[in-house]
Amino acid sequence: MQAETTSPPAVSSLVQPKKQSRLANVWRELKKNKHYYILMSPYMLIFFAFTVVPVVFSIVLSFFYFNMLEFPRFVGWQNYSRLFLNDDVFMIALKNTLLFAVICGPISYIACFLFAWIINELSPKVRALMTLVFYAPSISGNVFFIWLIIFSGDRYGYLNGFLIKFGFMLEPIQWLTNEKYILPIIMIVQLWLSLGTSFLAFIAGLQTIDKSLIEAGAIDGIRNRWQELWFITLPSMRPQLMFGAVMQITSSFAVADISVALAGFPSVNYAGHTIVTHLMDYGTIRFEMGYASAIATVLFAMMLGANKLTQRLLRKVGE
Amino acid sequence: MTRMMAAFRMPRRLNRSFTVSFMLFAFLAVFGAFMALPLIYAVNNAFKPLNELFLFPPRFFVNNPTMDNFYDLVALMGNSWVPLSRYIVNTLFITIVGTIGHILLSSAAAYPLAKYRFPGSKILFSIVVMSLMFSGHVTAIPNYMVMSWLGWINTHASIIVPSLAFPLGLFLMKQFMEQIPDALLEAAKIDGANEYRIYWTIVMPNVKPAWLTLMILQFPMLWGSDGGNFIYSENLKTLHYALGQITAGGIARAGVGAAVALILMVVPITLFIISQSNVLQTMATSGMKE
Repeated sequence: MQAETTSPPAVSSLVQPKKQSRLANVWRELKKNKHYYILMSPYMLIFFAFTVVPVVFSIVLSFFYFNMLEFPRFVGWQNYSRLFLNDDVFMIALKNTLLFAVICGPISYIACFLFAWIINELSPKVRALMTLVFYAPSISGNVFFIWLIIFSGDRYGYLNGFLIKFGFMLEPIQWLTNEKYILPIIMIVQLWLSLGTSFLAFIAGLQTIDKSLIEAGAIDGIRNRWQELWFITLPSMRPQLMFGAVMQITSSFAVADISVALAGFPSVNYAGHTIVTHLMDYGTIRFEMGYASAIATVLFAMMLGANKLTQRLLRKVGE
Repeated sequence: MTRMMAAFRMPRRLNRSFTVSFMLFAFLAVFGAFMALPLIYAVNNAFKPLNELFLFPPRFFVNNPTMDNFYDLVALMGNSWVPLSRYIVNTLFITIVGTIGHILLSSAAAYPLAKYRFPGSKILFSIVVMSLMFSGHVTAIPNYMVMSWLGWINTHASIIVPSLAFPLGLFLMKQFMEQIPDALLEAAKIDGANEYRIYWTIVMPNVKPAWLTLMILQFPMLWGSDGGNFIYSENLKTLHYALGQITAGGIARAGVGAAVALILMVVPITLFIISQSNVLQTMATSGMKE
């Protein structure tokens, strides 16, 4: 099928040495494939309108001062210099976001794989049940506020009640208004929610590994399951590992809803503030759109950079 | 314990030690409990009478299950300005239209990308893959402006339309469609079917597992949507927003809040139980080639 679509223009350019053929060829190609473009157009129209153009627009806007009322005014790098030099809250947000990315990202990624790997050894029925148990939190419709009851600051809060009952402490702790605890609690809840798409991709990937590879490995002297994991399982799952990494990294940089739901907005002393909540602050409350766009652009660059870096690392798996 | 272990398919190959297997399964069980307990707790809470909700020390399981919380919910929302059914209808509308539309649009776009090479196909797909690498927060500000220019603020379209073109759906659909044998499409072409017919009568029925996968990814997201910054009118708001209102009522609304939470979480989980094997079939093709 591929050959069929590409060969006619190649032939025609050989037959007609005339210069005008280049543009005509492109036109002919477009016309011949017009059905494909028509099929794609509804999706692409929306995709470009709400994803691609906004990214470009956001980058451009980050060089302007814009408050939605006056005409945008060009300010050069001022938004960025203010962001990195004069905004202490952004520094807290940046620190928290990086902590999430560095702690939650890898842990959730490894957890996704580890659980999928152990689940894969179970019999099909138990496997289906365990898949459900681990995947359910991530689709349970934002019920993470259950954790609000667990970490509630009074004696009726689950954790407080439990700890007091068993004599670990005498007075309840204000879990969600104490700077010391806010970040770790958000991380726990984030991890609880993080076994999503990549977890499913890993489970599916593990089930499709060629069994003969494992048998061949056993003959070639693979002695235990760890060697099997490193030399056979991981390399044959590399595409899924790449996909999973993208999903986990992106979500670990985008922590916001959980922080707002658990610690409030803004949280005590900005202890649960992330780049996304900072963006919400300037974008939807202060209406400093240019500045908010600069925040968004920084976030964009960080997410993309982390993804590209991880992909480079993952290429080394099992080599 | 031995009976429990028998439930597992114990690998019979020599290179697996029993001790390590046992430790791994114990590890799985501990974390499985960590994952499941909050959800089990949420289910229990919804059926607790008020005196059990505020028991000290708090108790995990319900002793005398009642439906009081659900009756209270109906009574509470019956008295309020906008009846509960309105929130449910809004949520259902957004979720169903958004999910079906997403499956249709992304499969229509995925079919040419999966099966043919034409000018722009490669670059378009790599843009989609790249957009998996950042979250929607990045585009939130310009999106708001686009919405206000289009006059879509305070309409359901502002939630539905952008969700139709989420990149993950197209990506998974395209990867799955690559498995469809070319010969099948060729045969249809020889029989005189045009591209649209091939898409609708040959490709679509063959990618049913992928439909269900897109559904399971899209549905919870829309179902849990609280309307964001786009919807102001009370009569357009969603169930998740109503839940926020109810729980904001504080301690007195704890029972009702638990009831709504149960409604919110039961639907997506049920859908996943139904579609699990299909979803895994699709996910097996989700791999990303550098």
